[in-house]
Amino acid sequence: MSEPLLRIEDLHKSYAGTEVLKGISFDLERGETKVLIGPSGSGKSTLLRCVNHLTRPDRGRIVLDGDEVVDNRINAIRATIGFVFQDFNLFTHLRALDNVAVGLWRVRGMDRRSARERAARELERVGLANRAEAYPAELSGGQQQRVSIARALAMDPRIILFDEPTSALDPELTEEVVEVMRQLAREGMTMLVVSHEMGFARSAADEIIFMDHGVIVEEGPPEKLFRDAQHARTRDFLRIISGSHAQEEGAS
Amino acid sequence: MSIYGVLLDQLPYLLQGLGIAVLLLMALLVVGLVLGLFFALVEIYGPLWARLPVYALERFARGVPAIILLFLFYYGIGNVYAIPSFAAAVAALGLRSGGYQSQIFRGAIQSVPYGQMLAARAIGMGRMGAVAYIIVPQALRHAIGPWSNEFSAEFKDTSLAYVIGVIELTRQAHYIISNQHGHTLPVLLFAAVLYFVVNRFGNSLLYRLEDRLEVPGFERRS
Amino acid sequence: MTGFFAFAWDSLPALLDGAVVALGLWVLAMILGFVVALGLTWCRVYGNRVLYGLATAYVEVFRGTPMIVQMFVIYLGLPDLGIVMSSFAAATVAMAFNSAAYQAEYFRGAIQSIPSGQMVAARAIGMSRFDAVRTVVLPQAMRRVIPQWSNEAILELKFTSIAYAISVNEITSHAYEIGYSTFRFFEIFIVAAVIYLAMTTVVAQVLDVIDRRVRVPGLGAQAAERAGA
Repeated sequence: MSEPLLRIEDLHKSYAGTEVLKGISFDLERGETKVLIGPSGSGKSTLLRCVNHLTRPDRGRIVLDGDEVVDNRINAIRATIGFVFQDFNLFTHLRALDNVAVGLWRVRGMDRRSARERAARELERVGLANRAEAYPAELSGGQQQRVSIARALAMDPRIILFDEPTSALDPELTEEVVEVMRQLAREGMTMLVVSHEMGFARSAADEIIFMDHGVIVEEGPPEKLFRDAQHARTRDFLRIISGSHAQEEGAS
Repeated sequence: MSIYGVLLDQLPYLLQGLGIAVLLLMALLVVGLVLGLFFALVEIYGPLWARLPVYALERFARGVPAIILLFLFYYGIGNVYAIPSFAAAVAALGLRSGGYQSQIFRGAIQSVPYGQMLAARAIGMGRMGAVAYIIVPQALRHAIGPWSNEFSAEFKDTSLAYVIGVIELTRQAHYIISNQHGHTLPVLLFAAVLYFVVNRFGNSLLYRLEDRLEVPGFERRS
Repeated sequence: MTGFFAFAWDSLPALLDGAVVALGLWVLAMILGFVVALGLTWCRVYGNRVLYGLATAYVEVFRGTPMIVQMFVIYLGLPDLGIVMSSFAAATVAMAFNSAAYQAEYFRGAIQSIPSGQMVAARAIGMSRFDAVRTVVLPQAMRRVIPQWSNEAILELKFTSIAYAISVNEITSHAYEIGYSTFRFFEIFIVAAVIYLAMTTVVAQVLDVIDRRVRVPGLGAQAAERAGA
């Protein structure tokens, strides 16, 4: 049995005296897609940000592809981890193409021309080749998020972390982003996703992890969790989430 | 001689004075820009031992009246080395402008959303690279509005260089008044008009620059 | 040649005399400027086209020309028209008129940041426009304007040094005299600088305390920003 791509061991994090992560451990195999679900405040986003040390954990280990994630090599490590933010965080002063290319020429040291060529291919991959010259403010939320995914892909990441990628989007715009994510999962990208998008979780996730109050309550394949969750908390949460989604669909 | 005769006659001198004022303005703004950016970056990203003296210097430069600063530089350096008054004015007003511009740049840098820094770090950029390529380019665009105000204020303050003998517009006007009798008001008003017009002109140029640099996503100030 | 501190101590009385003059000048100018600014603001916010035009022209002229030129015009130029006044009076008037222009800009901004519904509600209960402004709009606008007004006040305090150019016996004049007679220019101006810094710091603190005392929840610079001022 080969080493998992990502191993999280006993992660702890506290903010202002409150413990937000209380000993999280799990693995992610190469090519797997796992979705983290749970109520707000459960620590999901914090966990994600600990993986690339955007937030520094208090205790515990994170091992990526056999290398431990430590601060003294953090820039090199982050260059191999893709991160997609809830608020997109595209560089406002750069056009879409340069947003995707900047990592290549600033971090990887590519020359500008090659960086832009590669960036153009990534934009095409997410379906935005025709918007390469647009500034972020000229793009819709869904388009911005797709550019942000292209920006992550351009760095040839070993794994991509998604922090509630569709939560800031209007409902009509989520599908275009979710579709890109499904495609990536099909292509074998290793993905760790924090999301409320149950549709994506059901269809594309290899495993769903349910977190509450800083601990993992339950984990398992989607069909098992949705149909036959072991814990009452899990069932309650899933019912609330699915219920509200059903209402949205019913109303449309 | 009629007042119009006087003004026409003395026009070359007044324009010369105006030219010196503009030159002084350009020089002090450049000094202020370099200092201001430096102060701002140190105050936001620097270690404590650097932040404190920079902050103290900035406070001093902003809190002391311009005339006092002019005297300090002129007579202070003048004790050691005979500095021409123009140079002293550039140094004094430049330092002061640096203090004000540092405030502008600090505000501009802090108005860049924190998520920009996060995203830059997330793709593996180092802190300095992120500041240079992601934060500062955006901050400069945010700074243009307040910077135009600083431009206007400094142009008017060039008139204070009068007190250390720089022969800019105000001193030229004063010379004329001392030589001609009874035409004080028109000469002064004319000088005022020159200041006003050039100020307006400068502002409209900056406005157009703001237009040129406008990029969707950076709302221009109304 | 006495040391720096002895020299500073000896010079203090003269400089403090100047400080008193400067403060007097400043207080008078700010008060006069405040009154003029109120008038200007009324013209620009509630006045007809003519009043608006005149007031705006005033603001543009006084914000667009240097303080020292304004002082020269009033002290040296007005006598051409038969208007003669002491240097102190001329400095006060010049600073007042100058400050009025800046204060008027800040007042106008603050008033326009008050939601129009406030005025509408006041009129709806039968208040005249003047009354509504006085009891509803102005008290709120005044609170919003405190940070900018404080900056302006401190700026004007430093401007008192310009009165040196028209021979008012404030701090800079005294400092120059002492420097001239002892040739210790650099040292005396350091002392003067310290005195100015002390004055502006104290004034800033006092204004800050006032700001906190009159604060009302939901109304202030931050509330203005949240409301999109």
